[in-house]
Amino acid sequence: MPRLSHALRALAAIVWREILRFALQRGRFLSALVRPLVWLFVFAAGFRAALGLSIIPPYQTYITYETYILPGLCAMILLFSGMQSSLSLVHERENGAMRLMLTAPLPRWFLLAAKLIASAVTGLLQVFAFLVIAWAYGIKLTLTGYLLALPALALAALMLGALGLFLSATIRQLENFAGVMNFVIFPMFFLSSALYPLWKMQESSPLLADICRVNPFTHAVELIRFALYGQFNAAALGWVVLALIVFFAGALWGYEPTRSRASG
Amino acid sequence: MNEVLRIRGLSHDWGAKPALRDISFTLERGRFTALLGPNGAGKSTLISVLTGLIRPAPGVVTVMGHDMSRHARLALARMGVVFQQPTLDLDLSLRANLRLFAALHGLSRRAADRRIDEVLEILDIGARAEEKLRAMNGGHRRRMELARALIPAPELLVLDEPTVGLDAAARAAITAHAHRLAQAGTAVFWATHLADEIAPEDDVILLDRGRLRANGQATELAGDTPLAEWFLRETGGAPCPA
Repeated sequence: MPRLSHALRALAAIVWREILRFALQRGRFLSALVRPLVWLFVFAAGFRAALGLSIIPPYQTYITYETYILPGLCAMILLFSGMQSSLSLVHERENGAMRLMLTAPLPRWFLLAAKLIASAVTGLLQVFAFLVIAWAYGIKLTLTGYLLALPALALAALMLGALGLFLSATIRQLENFAGVMNFVIFPMFFLSSALYPLWKMQESSPLLADICRVNPFTHAVELIRFALYGQFNAAALGWVVLALIVFFAGALWGYEPTRSRASG
Repeated sequence: MNEVLRIRGLSHDWGAKPALRDISFTLERGRFTALLGPNGAGKSTLISVLTGLIRPAPGVVTVMGHDMSRHARLALARMGVVFQQPTLDLDLSLRANLRLFAALHGLSRRAADRRIDEVLEILDIGARAEEKLRAMNGGHRRRMELARALIPAPELLVLDEPTVGLDAAARAAITAHAHRLAQAGTAVFWATHLADEIAPEDDVILLDRGRLRANGQATELAGDTPLAEWFLRETGGAPCPA
């Protein structure tokens, strides 16, 4: 184990670098916000009339469609943020910056965990910026809800970031990254409870509903949804933690020195 | 301890393709040792093994007595590395980049700033500390990479073809800096395919097709033959453009 002071300094530096880079890339921040806002302002407005929502936990009363999709959009921001970090890691591995990180005198698991935490922090900053805009738009929650959502969002961010880390270990070239959009992001998002409750999906296709139930993204959405209303969803927590462990173990396996390639 | 690096029986394959075969040598403090080899000789693979990025099978690498496979952190703490690819963040200033690297080595902010100032003075680039790297040319960026590698005050400095893409003046400046560091006591391990970067008194390890072909002082190996000619003769290759 590294000395605690050494580990904390390295962690702070890695997180700070990620925040600094994020702050310098204003376009990335804007596009990260525009995506969920389009869903909230345009998509939700169109579907409000078409989709009837019954009262389901954690809601105590009828809610607007905008209110329903808010947790899903928060998770969507984290999903895209995790994939963006994964893309950055593939780029860093190609241009050499990753070598700098991996040759630091710290355990590899710690360096990867620090990268994961840094990615989660930037994802959380985007989510809270989105929640502020949603609040101004009229989707208001209690202060307790926002506070209780923080650990749920952080856990979801870590799980989705770990997925990104795992993918970055398996994707050898930047050009192959477009496939991630088609094979990971879209299926994960649409085969979840982010846009429609699972009972609606069950009515249309029991098979798709079953797939949604084993999708860790569904459980990340539900964990956030319940936390925003001051409630705790133990099953969702279990799924998210399990997925985090599996994805991070996969990333450790992928970045193991015997599996790495030299540049020439 | 004069011996800084010891490599014994090191081999590595990329799938079915052998990359390194039974490599053994040692490096000593205060010596500039060139790892000379044509493209594809296995230089980058050897440096990846040396820096713990890949694990050899079989073979033993020890840095200052620390076995890389068992105590990589202790070994890496004594080592500075300049990779072929740029590793610094172009949108950050030189000082910000160096502070990040210092933190990865566990230096406090105060200790980092003190060491950064020392390194900038050694390389005579203090005036550019607050500039963003994006504003600098290729030659300066390579010097900044060297500055970064010197932050942990390494006993072993490993450079993987650090002059790739540089003009003659920038190449000469970087090479001169590395030689001065060796004279000051650092063991410098310089991978290159350009024989003109090697001084007559330097040590040379000749690597070709994954095998160590020669190991000794440049003048002893080449005799009266110019080193570039000797290199071509030994490796059977076409002349490399300088």
